[in-house]
Amino acid sequence: MTRYIRHAAAFCALLLIALLVNATRVQVVQSGHFDDNPANRRQAIARFGQPRGDIMVEGRAVTGSQDTGEQLRYERTYKNGPLYAPVTGYASQVYGTTFLENAEDDILSGTDPMLAPLPLWNDISRAQNPGGKVRTTIRAAAQQAAYAGLGGKKGAVAAIEPSTGKILALVSTPSYDPERLSGTSGSVARSWAALNASADKPMLNRAIRQTYPPGSTFKVVTAAAALDAGTVTDLDAATKSPSPYTLPGTSTQLTNEVDGCTNATLRYAFEWSCNTVFAKLGADTGLGDMLGTARNFGFNDSGLKIPSSVAASNFDTAMDDAQLALSSIGQYDTRATPLQMAMVSAAVANGGQVESPHLVDETTTDDGDVVENTGNHSLHQAMNPATAMQLRELMTGVVEEGTGSNAAIPDVTVGGKTGTAQHGIDNSGTPYAWFISWAQKSGEAQPSVAVAVVVEDAAADRGDISGGGSAAPIAKAVMEAVLDGP
Amino acid sequence: MTGTAAAPPSVPAVRVPRRRGTEVALIVVAVLLSVYGYCDVGLAKNGTVPPGAAGYGAGLGVLALLAHLAVRFRAPYADPLLLPIAVLLNGLGLVLIYRLDLETPGDEAAPTQLVWSTVGVALFIGVVVLLRDHRVLQRYAYICVVTALVLMIVPIFFPAVNGARIWIRIGGFSIQPGEFAKILLAIFFASYLSANRNALAYTGRTVWKLTKLQLPTGRVLGPIVAIWLLSVGVLVLERDLGTSLLFFGLFVILLYVATGRTGWIAVGLVLAGVGAYTVGSLEPHVHSRVEDWLHPFASIDAGEGPNQLAQSLFAFAAGGMLGTGLGLGHSILIGFAAKSDFILATAGEELGLAGLTAIFLLYALLVERGYRAGLALRDAFGRLLAVGLASIVALQVFVIAGGVSGLIPLTGMAMPFLAQGGSSVVTNWIIVALLIRLSDSARGQPVGPPKEDA
Repeated sequence: MTRYIRHAAAFCALLLIALLVNATRVQVVQSGHFDDNPANRRQAIARFGQPRGDIMVEGRAVTGSQDTGEQLRYERTYKNGPLYAPVTGYASQVYGTTFLENAEDDILSGTDPMLAPLPLWNDISRAQNPGGKVRTTIRAAAQQAAYAGLGGKKGAVAAIEPSTGKILALVSTPSYDPERLSGTSGSVARSWAALNASADKPMLNRAIRQTYPPGSTFKVVTAAAALDAGTVTDLDAATKSPSPYTLPGTSTQLTNEVDGCTNATLRYAFEWSCNTVFAKLGADTGLGDMLGTARNFGFNDSGLKIPSSVAASNFDTAMDDAQLALSSIGQYDTRATPLQMAMVSAAVANGGQVESPHLVDETTTDDGDVVENTGNHSLHQAMNPATAMQLRELMTGVVEEGTGSNAAIPDVTVGGKTGTAQHGIDNSGTPYAWFISWAQKSGEAQPSVAVAVVVEDAAADRGDISGGGSAAPIAKAVMEAVLDGP
Repeated sequence: MTGTAAAPPSVPAVRVPRRRGTEVALIVVAVLLSVYGYCDVGLAKNGTVPPGAAGYGAGLGVLALLAHLAVRFRAPYADPLLLPIAVLLNGLGLVLIYRLDLETPGDEAAPTQLVWSTVGVALFIGVVVLLRDHRVLQRYAYICVVTALVLMIVPIFFPAVNGARIWIRIGGFSIQPGEFAKILLAIFFASYLSANRNALAYTGRTVWKLTKLQLPTGRVLGPIVAIWLLSVGVLVLERDLGTSLLFFGLFVILLYVATGRTGWIAVGLVLAGVGAYTVGSLEPHVHSRVEDWLHPFASIDAGEGPNQLAQSLFAFAAGGMLGTGLGLGHSILIGFAAKSDFILATAGEELGLAGLTAIFLLYALLVERGYRAGLALRDAFGRLLAVGLASIVALQVFVIAGGVSGLIPLTGMAMPFLAQGGSSVVTNWIIVALLIRLSDSARGQPVGPPKEDA
């Protein structure tokens, strides 16, 4: 019998080996495959198992974390949620993350290996780093001023420091409180459904994710192209521009809202926004130069990140002269984000140089050690410095004498450009009111702020809508907030 | 140290070392390891040593000490490894259940498990003290088999719990009589086969000369096959697949060991294959288990979320080589059977492959010590009983561990000593008590030539 007992024992040993081999398969060989299964909640549990790092505005956190004691333990809270929603985005247990919450997720959630005290430290210790902090370039006062200025109206504001590209304000209205999407309760799902169903699209970040026809504010780009190309050399010389202007190759006549545009000087045409002059100027300058300048300002760039990706502004690359003429006054297919138009204004203020716009100053560990510093860097020279000087003169004229007088600030040099953009089939939609501007304190070497404001004021009478009326006061408030700041 | 049976038949007899000191030392280690695990869970979850740590350690220590004293005075030659392994596995099981209790505040299982462990140890002591000679059991073979069948049939009259009719509920208590039937059936098989093994091995008709396959006469084989079929039939009725698989394996192993006829294994495997295929494709409950085993992530793909087996695999995978550490895993995601059938997933996640291997080796050592007692014993009944009891432990571990780790289709069964379940822990303590008794006889018997060998 002994022999058979030994055989049975060997059989049991075989079972043991099978178990060990299988355990090795599950726990070591295929473990990565199991760990990454989206139905495996462990990654989410680890992710929400510690407070998320904060997003800071001027050294103060605009976010927070709340311990719920649930399985996905820490929920995101927001201070002044609607005000900063276009900056922070949301961080939801259920619906993921957007904007800075998304772009800096590795830092905020603590998974970025750069947060570890030593390379590979966490792989050995199995420790998780506390979430890092993201310091934004936002100026609270400017953000407040923009948000208050827009009030209940649909619209957006982007403000930039021209010399560095730091984004000082980024506002989109109507907004929402991202806190409504934190957590896993039923109210979160209801909020999500309601926000998505809302006709106002509160979760749309109009400042960077929505493009609008820029209307007359695009004349800054056209003027820059024309001056750089030599199509116009003297701001005060009469242009050969008929009014109304028949678009080349068509019988369509373009008219003006103001008088005195026939053969007007560039200065007059810019200050009073003569469509005919700029349409002809664009056509005369030609597609190649117009496109080149538009690109240098940042149009047609789908790769811009601040670090959230910015929707590409558009200037068509193939057009006939009539289309080019319309595009030159910011109509036809020309479209721009508010941030793009703030970059246009900032380029003028910064001697023609476009600085890369950015929202994050630096990221730090929980203790405040710097992980990454966002340095400034230039994108393009949009125009010659001399052209930039001339455009500054023209933009200053708009505020001092022309359509932009509502943006004037005592003792401050302010340059601006109004815009009223037609849109919809046969221009049936309520026009968008635009204003782009910059401001320079007397005694300072260069302008300290450039702003773009767009207001989709569907409630107003069509006749009342103008960049100077609706948008310029908001731009003024934002510029004042920046100038009054530290 | 246990090779007394193989020792040369030299007289005078050498004094066999009893090694009770070794046993005490190992028990102390086992209790300390358990208390350490208990404290570790508390520190990981709450940052403090659990308030009951001292009481828990003292309780487990006293139980282990009483068991040791019973062995010391009543089975002084017993294998010194059996009891410490049982204490360690039971202690570890209590730690794991306590650890999972922290995730389910309204539903605490560890205190009840400690009560059942106490009952188990009490019965252990009872068996060691009262059963002076294992051969006595041979006399009660037929009482055993009748009792076993009654125990297995009774739950049919009670409502099903989670798809299986294997519980008896009286008041607040529920017991699983099928667990006790294991031991009774092992006693019957061992007794019957030891009495009839010559008839089984050497008589009967040759079915096909080339294969030398000889079927024993129906008169000898009939009763035992009938008992076996009856028990398996009842279990299929009750949907207790794990136990029916266990009985089948036990029957085939004992038949092989008793007769040495390889043909039995072949017949057994063919029968098992046909049976498994038939049941697997016809019985919806079993069929779904097989489907889950083949496609553990089908429910995820169907958008219904991970099923228990998928959650169990996730838990094992999360453990990796070294585990997350006690208290730091998330095996509670497995759901309602996390403390019972799936307890091994918690061990896999929090102790890692290293810890899991250690646990498997503890079981392997327990089984090996059982087999060793079987090898050393002189009487056929004792040998078969030791092999049967050790095989029960081995098969149980394989069936449930293989099930929760995706090696074989899942069948509900309790991991010996580790899993929540009163009947199971009591039964396993009795198994260890019987093994203690058998190893005491094996190691304590006068040295001399074996009376018989096959």
